[in-house]
Amino acid sequence: MKRDGGPQLDAFAVDVRALLERSVASLYSHLVTRPTGRAVRMAIETQLEELKKPAISLVDLSAVAILDYSCADEVVAKLLIRAEEKGGLTYFVLRGVRAHHREPIEAVLERHQLAVVAETGPGRFELLGAGSGAERQLWGMVQDSGWVPSAEVDGLVDGLGGPQVLGTLVARRLLFRDPRHGDLHALSTFAVAGA
Amino acid sequence: MRVITVPPSLDYRTFDQLVSALALRASPAEPRVLFDAHRVRWVDPVGMIGLLAAGTVVASETGHAPTLHLPADGNVVGYLGRMGFAEAARLVFEGELHLPGRSGGASDVLLEITTISENRDVHDVVDRVQERAGTILSRTLHYPPTAVVQFSVILSEVCQNVLEHAGAPGWVCGQTYTWEKRLGGKQVLIIGVGDVGMGFRASLAEEYAGHFLDRWGDATALEAAFLQGYTRFADQGRGHGIQQIRKQVRKWDGMIAVRSGTARIADVPAWEDLPPLADGIPDFPGAQITIILPAADPDEERARR
Repeated sequence: MKRDGGPQLDAFAVDVRALLERSVASLYSHLVTRPTGRAVRMAIETQLEELKKPAISLVDLSAVAILDYSCADEVVAKLLIRAEEKGGLTYFVLRGVRAHHREPIEAVLERHQLAVVAETGPGRFELLGAGSGAERQLWGMVQDSGWVPSAEVDGLVDGLGGPQVLGTLVARRLLFRDPRHGDLHALSTFAVAGA
Repeated sequence: MRVITVPPSLDYRTFDQLVSALALRASPAEPRVLFDAHRVRWVDPVGMIGLLAAGTVVASETGHAPTLHLPADGNVVGYLGRMGFAEAARLVFEGELHLPGRSGGASDVLLEITTISENRDVHDVVDRVQERAGTILSRTLHYPPTAVVQFSVILSEVCQNVLEHAGAPGWVCGQTYTWEKRLGGKQVLIIGVGDVGMGFRASLAEEYAGHFLDRWGDATALEAAFLQGYTRFADQGRGHGIQQIRKQVRKWDGMIAVRSGTARIADVPAWEDLPPLADGIPDFPGAQITIILPAADPDEERARR
């Protein structure tokens, strides 16, 4: 659900393969090795610096055939860590995550105790990485709704761990809470809007 | 001239014999060294890379490139040629090596001997195996179609191990074999990766030697890296690759062994009789990694799908 007058996140799509070809070398068709991952991450960060905040970054992996652990650590985990260090005003959604991407992504996220919203099939979004059962449940509820108006937030979180769990999900930038109205938004709604 | 006799069967199980021969023949008074491979009848990826590494060590210690006496067996010579041994050996051994080069046509070799000295080499390895590994993994080893991705990731991570931890170039190669005497004639895929760099003990010493005190040595360093994921990098994301390789190799009922200095550590499946940890074996610099993946039972694999 995406309503008119909603929060203004500057959404843009980052096609990782295009970035890789432009920023590293056109020969590389796979996301392998740490230096390659570092170069891709830095290219994404450079693009993000030009955006008005808060912003959402859609990192598209659909054209990536091979993703190794070292590269996943740089492109996914370090991207999230560094965005947090820079003030946490950028939200991330991984798009085009296929079965063979999942293992390296989940492994590096677990290692750093991170999580990210990922599109794992057409219109299907999941929370990958570390998170408690209550966090996953609440995230799933908001994801299913797409948008929860401010007036309904308290009722939603009451049975699902309360405001603390919600606060964690918002602080980890896995849900977006509109600072003007307090509405909750699933990041997938922005991902679709920015497609 | 010192003569080092290469074992007739030069593979992951006999590499230590070659290392022993190196140590026994060490003599600064006789800098010229000949590797006599005349009687070699069998060589696998670990053996080929081991021979290149041994030649490199001798050249470094004596200041002279050693000489290599090629096997008399024409099949072995032809095989060395197909595996790209000639191209790599010319950079290590002196004199004319009468080995055929790699043919320009289609090859049945999974991965010829490839030097790993920069990031681009890892990409090259991954690109090359994409073309060949799919067929070999599915038809020869009866692995699921998705295995080519996991296999590529394994290769990428082991090659990066050379770049990040050795501080020196290394080599990688891989090929399938039929083990007539072992595993009931099953096909196996053998990957060898080796370097003559600093090795695990030196790589980890600054960070961890003080912690382990008098227990610190090659075996402790290997246990720390292989079992615990220790790395010299402070970054929490490092040291992950080898753990993931182990996990995947175990899923395929394979064996992975890492030799460094005077120790070797391994994840040993039921079909292999190497000890999980060998300490006090002949000293050799750098690190040598062996991965062996046996064919799956086609019926079991079909049932799993």
